[in-house]
Amino acid sequence: MSSIGTGYDLSVTTFSPDGRVFQIEYAAKAVDNSGTVVAIRCKDGIVMGVEKLISSKMMLPGSNRRIHAVHRHSGMAVAGLAADGRQIVARAKSEATNYESTYGEPIPVKELAERVASYVHLCTLYWWLRPFGSGVILGGYDRDGPQLYMVEPSGVSYRYFGAAIGKGRQAAKTEIEKLKLSEMTCRKGVIEVAKIIYGVHDEAKDKAFELEMSWVCDKSNRQHQKVPDDLLEEAKAAAKAALEEMDAD
Amino acid sequence: MDMSSGDLNAPHSMGTTIIGVTYNGGVVLGADSRTSTGMYVANRASDKITQLTDNVYICRSGSAADSQIVSDYVRYFLHQHTIQLGQPSTVKVAANLVRLLSYNNKNSLQTGLIVGGWDKYEGGKIYGIPLGGTVLELPFTIGGSGSSYLYGFFDQVWKEGMTQEEAEKLVVKAVSLAIARDGASGGVVRTVTIDKDGATRKFYPSETLPLWHEELEPQESLLDILSAASPEPMMS
Repeated sequence: MSSIGTGYDLSVTTFSPDGRVFQIEYAAKAVDNSGTVVAIRCKDGIVMGVEKLISSKMMLPGSNRRIHAVHRHSGMAVAGLAADGRQIVARAKSEATNYESTYGEPIPVKELAERVASYVHLCTLYWWLRPFGSGVILGGYDRDGPQLYMVEPSGVSYRYFGAAIGKGRQAAKTEIEKLKLSEMTCRKGVIEVAKIIYGVHDEAKDKAFELEMSWVCDKSNRQHQKVPDDLLEEAKAAAKAALEEMDAD
Repeated sequence: MDMSSGDLNAPHSMGTTIIGVTYNGGVVLGADSRTSTGMYVANRASDKITQLTDNVYICRSGSAADSQIVSDYVRYFLHQHTIQLGQPSTVKVAANLVRLLSYNNKNSLQTGLIVGGWDKYEGGKIYGIPLGGTVLELPFTIGGSGSSYLYGFFDQVWKEGMTQEEAEKLVVKAVSLAIARDGASGGVVRTVTIDKDGATRKFYPSETLPLWHEELEPQESLLDILSAASPEPMMS
């Protein structure tokens, strides 16, 4: 789907003759080339997982986190340029605390998603700013239940029951569609997400990766937190077993 | 007797009795209708229960100007908030906005407010926001100068989970009791009942309110009183 926009791709304030803004599309490419991020909405909460590609053997496990807590009730998984993603998370955190200070209640996830999307879009309007080179998946649990939103570098934001960004997103989306999410609990969802991420990881092209997962569900008291270590290990084991089964065919 | 015309240049103050009460399914807000400038009653039929949104109302007491301006700002913010959210604001949000204005401007404002309403998440709720800008979520609350005479009354009569009729009767009785004793409260009693179906205004003219005292026998002169048989001392 790549095309060269020679001449019309130098500035984010330039449209091409066929109505595209190439700078935004190039920003989306940065997201497409990063490690896969998968998130699903189960019947009792949200599960998010990231395929964190390890660039150096000397990196400590657990560092360079790709999933961040935004507020007590919500978290954000980032794909694309890590530094850009950090800014988006910082903005989301700030919006969430300001809302609570003014209105006295936690920010509804829908409102948070709209504000983040609006901020990301802002950076596509001026020639002296560049678009964010990262997309985020925002998962939260508020009074209206668990909700999942994805914000792309263009500033577009939709609500999903299952979403994936990054390298293996096509394969991941196919796998998500096979799942019966409305009947799945988060406990099972954690296992499924781990299986999907292990499944889409390309052993040939990328070397090592670390699986990072988080959830917001009834079990976690509707707070966003890292998936507990024992469940994470269970998920990793199940995913590796599923892989071997596939290879054995 | 020195017939003073009162200080007509004094700021309008709502001496006031205001009440907010929750019942099984909603809330009832009540108030008197006297606005005074010193000793002069500037408005004997004022409406101290002001609408903030379709489902949230506020009772105002203290300085009329201060309470009006706070209500106007909060109505404006709530309107914007409703548009952003795409659904009605909760009572808690309304109370918080009122509290922020009251607290941050505490040195300039002199107004005690009661926020009451109904939303789909929490049902009927009452929030009391007195002078300094505290917020207190309560099953019922009273405010204004007339409320001093109602504390004992509510201690005895209040119960959780009343019906709408019981709650309305209670509020009207309480406001009329306060009007009987507080010079700065008077006029008519107004109530607003808010539940899942919206808000309903009711009006109780002064003639319908009980007097809380019996008519005394006319006394002709002091001689009659003195020559009457000495009455029994007051028994409890």
